[in-house]
Amino acid sequence: MAAAGAGRLRRAASALLLRSPRLPARELSAPARLYHKKVVDHYENPRNVGSLDKTSKNVGTGLVGAPACGDVMKLQIQVDEQGKIVDARFKTFGCGSAIASSSLATEWVKGKTVEEALTIKNTDIAKELCLPPVKLHCSMLAEDAIKAALADYRLKQEPKKGEAEKK
Amino acid sequence: MLLRTAWRRTAAAVRAAPGLRSEAPARGLRLRVVDHAPQSAVPSDTATAPEVESVLRPLYMDVQATTPLDPRVLDAMLPYLVNYYGNPHSRTHAYGWESEAAMERARQQVASLIGADPREIIFTSGATESNNIAIKELEAAIQPDTSLVSVMTVNNEIGVKQPIAEIGQICSSRRVYFHTDAAQAVGKIPLDVNDMKIDLMSISGHKIYGPKGVGAIYIRRRPRVRVEALQSGGGQERGMRSGTVPTPLVVGLGAACEVAQQEMEYDHKRISKLAERLTQKIMNSLPDVVMNGDPEHHYPGCINLSFAYVEGESLLMALKDVALSSGSACTSASLEPSYVLRAIGTDEDLAHSSIRFGIGRFTTEEEVDYTVEKCIHHVKRLREMSPLWEMVQDGIDLKSIKWTQH
Repeated sequence: MAAAGAGRLRRAASALLLRSPRLPARELSAPARLYHKKVVDHYENPRNVGSLDKTSKNVGTGLVGAPACGDVMKLQIQVDEQGKIVDARFKTFGCGSAIASSSLATEWVKGKTVEEALTIKNTDIAKELCLPPVKLHCSMLAEDAIKAALADYRLKQEPKKGEAEKK
Repeated sequence: MLLRTAWRRTAAAVRAAPGLRSEAPARGLRLRVVDHAPQSAVPSDTATAPEVESVLRPLYMDVQATTPLDPRVLDAMLPYLVNYYGNPHSRTHAYGWESEAAMERARQQVASLIGADPREIIFTSGATESNNIAIKELEAAIQPDTSLVSVMTVNNEIGVKQPIAEIGQICSSRRVYFHTDAAQAVGKIPLDVNDMKIDLMSISGHKIYGPKGVGAIYIRRRPRVRVEALQSGGGQERGMRSGTVPTPLVVGLGAACEVAQQEMEYDHKRISKLAERLTQKIMNSLPDVVMNGDPEHHYPGCINLSFAYVEGESLLMALKDVALSSGSACTSASLEPSYVLRAIGTDEDLAHSSIRFGIGRFTTEEEVDYTVEKCIHHVKRLREMSPLWEMVQDGIDLKSIKWTQH
């Protein structure tokens, strides 16, 4: 009698253990749940990571944020004679959302004129990447980086003025 | 007597049951545990091989947050969830008596792990409740100038061991109560409440491979430490914690403590070896890695490393198939970096770059090697994407730069 009871107990326990990792298992593959796949994509398939020659007259460099805040973005643009941005590069010290925001920013500025690039808003970046409210500041920093790069470029175009030093 | 033999036979049958064993994750197989798709309603004993490969789960390297249930603990608990469901406070029938016997046995198991008397152990719902009871005692103190010292035994973020014996010595000589939250320490390092002169101690079940939802508080009897109950009711647990004691949970806690007592030395040696392997491999392959916390007075299973110029949350995103934790602001709801790292004087940018690796009883060498390999690969990759790394390579001193705020 005890043996039969044990058999039933064993089957019930097997069923419990076999059945328990059901739906939670799918949710538990961390990136799918915590990070939007667009954000992960910018890290796994990086585009425009790198540096341009910051001493060149056609290159504007924006460096924003602070290591103490956990967010630093460097965004560089290369502008041709017609005022069109032909190349852009970025490097970021920050969370996944910060990396994705700055990466997207370089994608968007390419092909735009200097004036058009000024219209890029952080809300557009956040919407495109589906950033949660707690990560909105990452998109704001990306917008700041674009503006800083454009400001640096403009400063370099003025005669006799040195490049915007990162002082 | 009859009951006891019947119980022993069933317990033996449960232990021998192959159905249970086949699902217990074998050591070394945890690297890629395959989950099953929803099973049909009729379970079959013959279906031991996984039918459909659905989703692979990440490796678990976050034992400071919680631990998996040790299969031996589950074995001990199961009869009390299924068959022996009596209320341990029922005095009038066998169901109550057998539950009470199990509860007292569990109490003895917990007590013997920390060198206490079983009468000094009160079961609670966890270390948090135990802490609250202990601190509330301060308000219930008779003399207005009686004070309480409360120190964590092993820190959960950086693994530092506090000098408990020395603090206990000082407190007892000054006649000050000494409480310690030993949630991360019980069953991992040797503790004796009499040698270390501890008056109150908090114990957590789910940090020592036991069930969640249960813990205990140790309250010294000689000299008597008086505490005020947080919850009132039927006066269970000597009036210090009313509420029916959950027999299956406390049996689990007791079993976890007994297993911990047997395995402590072996686990400590094995975990130290794995921890050494992890830190050596990482530090030999990557420059600019800092270990947070005192290297000497340190519990080996909790390793907190800061990877300079790489932000912690981005590394967690990159290491998506390993379950880890970070002291970075981005992972906390408040955007503030870890207070522990700030308290030990870590630079703010290094606080944002910290990752905590947890090595436990079931962590295998393959899991450690996999984690190390992925970690090294992704840190290198993230450093390539980091403007700070680039500036350091160019010879710029980061501390000399005036950063913008946003």
